[in-house]
Amino acid sequence: MLGKTAGGLYWMFRFLERAENTARLIEAGFRIALTRSNDAESEWKSVIITSAAQKPFEERHDKYTSANVVNFLLRDETNPSSVLSVTKSARDNARLVRTALTTEVWAAVNETWMVLTALLRKPIPETELPAVLAVIRQQSALVRGALVGTMLRNDIFDFCRLGTFVERIDSTARIIDVKYYALLPAPSFVGSRMDNVQWETILRSVSAHRSFRWAVEDDFTAPAIADFLILDDRMPRSLSHCAAQLVDNLRHLAKDYGEVKPSHELAQKLNSRLKDREIGSIFDEGLHEFVGSILDENAAIGRQIEIDYRFNN
Amino acid sequence: MDTEINHFDEMLSASGARSPYTGYDEWFTAQDARRLAKKSAEAEAFFRRTGITFNVYGQSDAEERLIPFDLVPRIISSSEWSKLSRGIEQRVRAINAFLYDIYNRQEILKAGIVPVELIAKNAAFLPQMMDFNPPGGVYTHIVGTDIVRTGEDDFYVLEDNARTPSGVSYMLENRETMLQMFPELFSKIKVKPVSDYPKSLRRSLEASAPASCNGRPCVAVLTPGIHNSAYFEHSFLADQMGVELVEGHDLRVIDGHIAMRTTRGFRRIDVLYRRVDDDFLDPMTFNPTSMLGVPGIMDVYRAGNITIANAPGTGVADDKAIYSYMPDIVEFYTGERAILKNVETHRCSEPDALKYVLDNLADLVVKEVHGSGGYGMLVGPAASKKELAAFAAKLKSNPANYIAQPTLSLSTVPIFTKKGLAPRHVDLRPFALVSPAGVNITPGGLTRVALKAGSLVVNSSQGGGTKDTWILED
Repeated sequence: MLGKTAGGLYWMFRFLERAENTARLIEAGFRIALTRSNDAESEWKSVIITSAAQKPFEERHDKYTSANVVNFLLRDETNPSSVLSVTKSARDNARLVRTALTTEVWAAVNETWMVLTALLRKPIPETELPAVLAVIRQQSALVRGALVGTMLRNDIFDFCRLGTFVERIDSTARIIDVKYYALLPAPSFVGSRMDNVQWETILRSVSAHRSFRWAVEDDFTAPAIADFLILDDRMPRSLSHCAAQLVDNLRHLAKDYGEVKPSHELAQKLNSRLKDREIGSIFDEGLHEFVGSILDENAAIGRQIEIDYRFNN
Repeated sequence: MDTEINHFDEMLSASGARSPYTGYDEWFTAQDARRLAKKSAEAEAFFRRTGITFNVYGQSDAEERLIPFDLVPRIISSSEWSKLSRGIEQRVRAINAFLYDIYNRQEILKAGIVPVELIAKNAAFLPQMMDFNPPGGVYTHIVGTDIVRTGEDDFYVLEDNARTPSGVSYMLENRETMLQMFPELFSKIKVKPVSDYPKSLRRSLEASAPASCNGRPCVAVLTPGIHNSAYFEHSFLADQMGVELVEGHDLRVIDGHIAMRTTRGFRRIDVLYRRVDDDFLDPMTFNPTSMLGVPGIMDVYRAGNITIANAPGTGVADDKAIYSYMPDIVEFYTGERAILKNVETHRCSEPDALKYVLDNLADLVVKEVHGSGGYGMLVGPAASKKELAAFAAKLKSNPANYIAQPTLSLSTVPIFTKKGLAPRHVDLRPFALVSPAGVNITPGGLTRVALKAGSLVVNSSQGGGTKDTWILED
């Protein structure tokens, strides 16, 4: 496979994952804006910070209003991470690597681009927002379904999955990073009901407010939520689960190519920081520092994959 | 102007459907028009969803467009085809012989059959190709010959596309679409399949590999990238052949060979089917600002270590000034008379011809010698007085840049419209593959159709559409 093709696959799935994650963040923010209007502005701000878009946002807007934030994250073409922009980038990458995709995957990405471009042409009124966000999630599911259901399990598939999980680790880690204070064990929260609005937002941002309840039953504590997001292998957006997937896909590549690359060792190292440990030891290490270092290591893995598999030269 | 002329319609004659169309006509008459309209809309949605689009230069908002597809096929009988394909084969053999001659001993110039200045002043002539024999002796591996028809037995070659002819993906996708929409038609009428084209193309390219290549040759398609108007076709062909689609920045010269950057390191390429123009192929030899090519590929080529298909410099055989000499060229190299006719062509570089053209401008079609895509041409009968005057001025200031031809009464084939069948002008581009192993012509081609009533311009960039082209079994 061409190095450029591997890069195109990897980035195509990073962009698709980003579109989906952005839609989740907006959904969680929107819920707070509806139910707790006093908290709305600071919540929208933290959504923008989580998206790593504070500077470009503030260059364009004075206030963190629902309309400004939603517009910026969904449809602003000058924002390279808006859903509209990343959908176009994903589709451009899909065109670039079209020979590596099944017809189903290509058609799903192309359709996603057509549907979302039409949907996001005009500003989205608040009443329409939930439906629009649902379409974005649905389209992501369509592409993922086509990928999982039709693609050969070879190096092509591995590069797609690597893009997905590098992006997802980044996203989950940012969500934790921005709200780490809400996840610290504090005496006043111990044993309390899950009534902390921040907890709910965090769980909604990763579409896990229901699964948490099922998985953890009624242990609604900050450490339990942190444990769920960081260390719980069952949770598909947890850092631990995603790191294990990275290791897995890189192991396939190593087997396929008969060569272990530096990125494999980096991923292994990241993974081992998330395996067989108690959440308490992470609090001892410092949650903020821990998540920060995960973000750095994840970025380094991404860069090393690009080098190891000659995406660019 | 159009209605006054009596055009030859390939489907419907005064006495009913012509014989190649009888089976289709029967089927069509039994169809419900609303069902067909629905099918037509489905086909469009299918093309859009699968991204069978082309990019239009200079129109960023309408970046990707569909080429309209008409569901009435263009049908050619087996005997008509056999004459066409013999004529095309003769012509592509002559073109390859001509190119070899031009870049070696230039016998045809010495014999005074083609004027020297036509070659010497031709921008498509590449001195870098002199005294060099490309692998297998083939210059133009893929040729798309544009053919028009004016009557029952009157076929003319309008243009020889010997550089990088496009459109073959539409030949394949149009058939695929017809098979999906109307499977019953194909059990009723026996149509020669076109689906072997990608396999034949790969075989033909492999057969053209350099003699030094060991094992199965590695073939790749070189594209200028996703913004090129024909990018869909480039990726489609690479995909269908099962070979890599590369861009210039994927390639580099390693140990005297061209190699592509793969996830496992660099891999040697033996045959490059390039869809990048000569000028952009090698910044070290041609346009130094080109980002689309491969620095040093011409050295590798001249050392005999890669096949470039089509060879650089083939454009010297297909411009419109050379075109007018084609009957002589065919005769010179094959010793036979040309099977397919040329359209009578006035070379405006010749004073008598220029005078004739200026006197009869309103009846002629005038084209730029190096033009393509239907741009920069004048269709006399359709032009206003003002347009004619303006064009006459351009013509006088640079006569050698133009040729003129009579306005042909192009044949029509009906298209499906809301009001039923309506005749529209068509042309035909079959595709010939040339390798040291021989010439292979897929029974079919791209039929382009002018969708506007009376229009003679079939180019997709000017609002033309396409039809599936059927060659019937005996």
